[in-house]
Amino acid sequence: MPVEAPSAEKLLDMYARMWRIRLFEEQAEYQSSQGKVMGALHTYIGEEGVAVPACAHLQDTDYITSTHRGHGHCIAKGADISRMMAELFGRSTGYCKGKGGSMHIADFQVGMLGANGIVAGGFGIATGAGLAAQLRGSGQVAVCFFGDGAANRGPFHENINIGAVWKLPVVYVCENNQFAQWTPQKDVTLVTDIANMSPAYGIPGVQVDGMDPLAVYEAAGEAIARARRGEGPTLLECKTYRFHGHNFGDPQQYRTREEIAEWSDNRDPIKQLAAHMRDAGILSDEQDADIQNTVQEEITAAVRFAESSPYPTPDELYKDVYSYDIG
Amino acid sequence: MPKKSMRDALREALHEEMERDDSIIVLGEDVITHGGPYAVTRGIDEKFPGRIRQTPISEAGIVGTALGAALCGMRPVAEVMYVDFATCAMDEVVNQMAKVRYMFGGQTDVPVVLRLPSGSARLLAAQHSQCLEAWFLHVPGLQVVVPSTAYDAKGLLKTALRGKDPVLFMEYKRLYTNECEVPDEDYAIPFGQADVKREGRDVTIVATGPMVPKALEAADLLSPEGIEVEVVDTRTLVPFDKATVFASVGKTNRAIVTDEEVKRGGTSAEIASLIAEECFDALDAPVKRVAAAEVPMPFSPELEKLVVPKTEHLVAAARELVG
Repeated sequence: MPVEAPSAEKLLDMYARMWRIRLFEEQAEYQSSQGKVMGALHTYIGEEGVAVPACAHLQDTDYITSTHRGHGHCIAKGADISRMMAELFGRSTGYCKGKGGSMHIADFQVGMLGANGIVAGGFGIATGAGLAAQLRGSGQVAVCFFGDGAANRGPFHENINIGAVWKLPVVYVCENNQFAQWTPQKDVTLVTDIANMSPAYGIPGVQVDGMDPLAVYEAAGEAIARARRGEGPTLLECKTYRFHGHNFGDPQQYRTREEIAEWSDNRDPIKQLAAHMRDAGILSDEQDADIQNTVQEEITAAVRFAESSPYPTPDELYKDVYSYDIG
Repeated sequence: MPKKSMRDALREALHEEMERDDSIIVLGEDVITHGGPYAVTRGIDEKFPGRIRQTPISEAGIVGTALGAALCGMRPVAEVMYVDFATCAMDEVVNQMAKVRYMFGGQTDVPVVLRLPSGSARLLAAQHSQCLEAWFLHVPGLQVVVPSTAYDAKGLLKTALRGKDPVLFMEYKRLYTNECEVPDEDYAIPFGQADVKREGRDVTIVATGPMVPKALEAADLLSPEGIEVEVVDTRTLVPFDKATVFASVGKTNRAIVTDEEVKRGGTSAEIASLIAEECFDALDAPVKRVAAAEVPMPFSPELEKLVVPKTEHLVAAARELVG
């Protein structure tokens, strides 16, 4: 069943979301350099063309799970960037009241079941979300984002097998950015095309250029529709690239400047989507500037919100360990 | 009042709660074809079709899937065939299940129950006989429940199935066939309430799970000697009812702490240190611990019997303390 091409309105929304991720991440890195954002910071810059078009097929009632590189998934799923920024600043107004930080942002209101500091930590949660949806017959789907590194962990195998044998409405989306932290994928994996692992589970495997948002939109649309129809999971591999290091401050000795430039100069998903929209007459220079300015203002407001928010008070320490008070 | 085995009491609790709450589902290995290795889930498939899923041998997948379903409106009860196999799902238990409420700032309830057959039985040797309560009680965010009777098992499982937080429900294999009076009427036993199973004035035995019947046996043996033992059954280790334990120690001034876990770093160490920290002035003698030998469980019955703590060890410990 062919996926309908995205409307002009949808494209503009996707484009703005991709910029929201890009500028949020740049700001987070800047604030980290200023010592305002603390702790580990893994940015999604360069991979915007995966989460945004995939989540464009989802409602707030659908679920996603994420990774340690989770800001892009949050924004793609509709999380509020002020509460995200406040979380990075460790403030009480953050999504997790300052108890989670960058690697644990979640927004259950929009079906974002959490970034996860454990590589492959989202597989079980997404598969269980799919089970809940199937048992309710609700038509909800769950999308599990994971990296190429996670494909070498056990939960990849255990949960895809369970999702497949029960025909759960789950789409397993591999963001293959070719590096497991600081180790090139090819050094630790012979089968570097993760989609090729799908026959082992009896489910379709689809590989797509993750730098091409329209290709991802189409492939994810098909996989998500298939899941909604009750036909079970798809393993969707998006070949992508992170333009910045694994973490902010990563000296990136495992790759060359030329390689990074090749991807960021020639294959930037935001530039690719902009070019398509310009060709289609959907995006003028003025609109483009407006979108970027508006997003920049949102980012500025998010930082202001974060900076002006209080830190959590000591009485928060023992709250949320259980549903009941242990203070 | 009818007498029931712990196995039947657990089964009743599951059936009654599934009747009451549509969101309860059951997952695990062989849970349909055999009702699990100890037949606790037998009959659920016939009575609640679609609400029990027989899984592949994938403990990380089972626990992870149960957690995900719990975050999305269901109340999964996952049976991990032996607690030993929970070690294959430690990420899901320790890094995920225990943490999601806190690290997400209280955005979600985590109503998931893991049923974990535990302890020595049937000479199953090193990888099917462990008692791992201490591993779990060390992790904030988990609740650890260890029933010692059929009555307690039913009431505690009901509370587990009505709660909002993860429960590690330790089912001691040796206790499955133990019978006691269990009412047909609905009841639930709150967490964090230890139970004084026998009153006495001379020495307190704080016992967990399979050591409770042994403590009661020891009390029977010691009574004719004039040593009156008070037996406190912890019932839940997290939350832990310090007040009942401390009140008993305050009365008897002597304490033995016992469980079937390996002694080093075991639950008995935690409880003994709590008593030492908070009841020091009440104590007439140092706290004693009776727990398992610090070895992997050997296979041969001649060796296994040297590992598991026995009634006679409790009797000897009590005589030493009182004498």
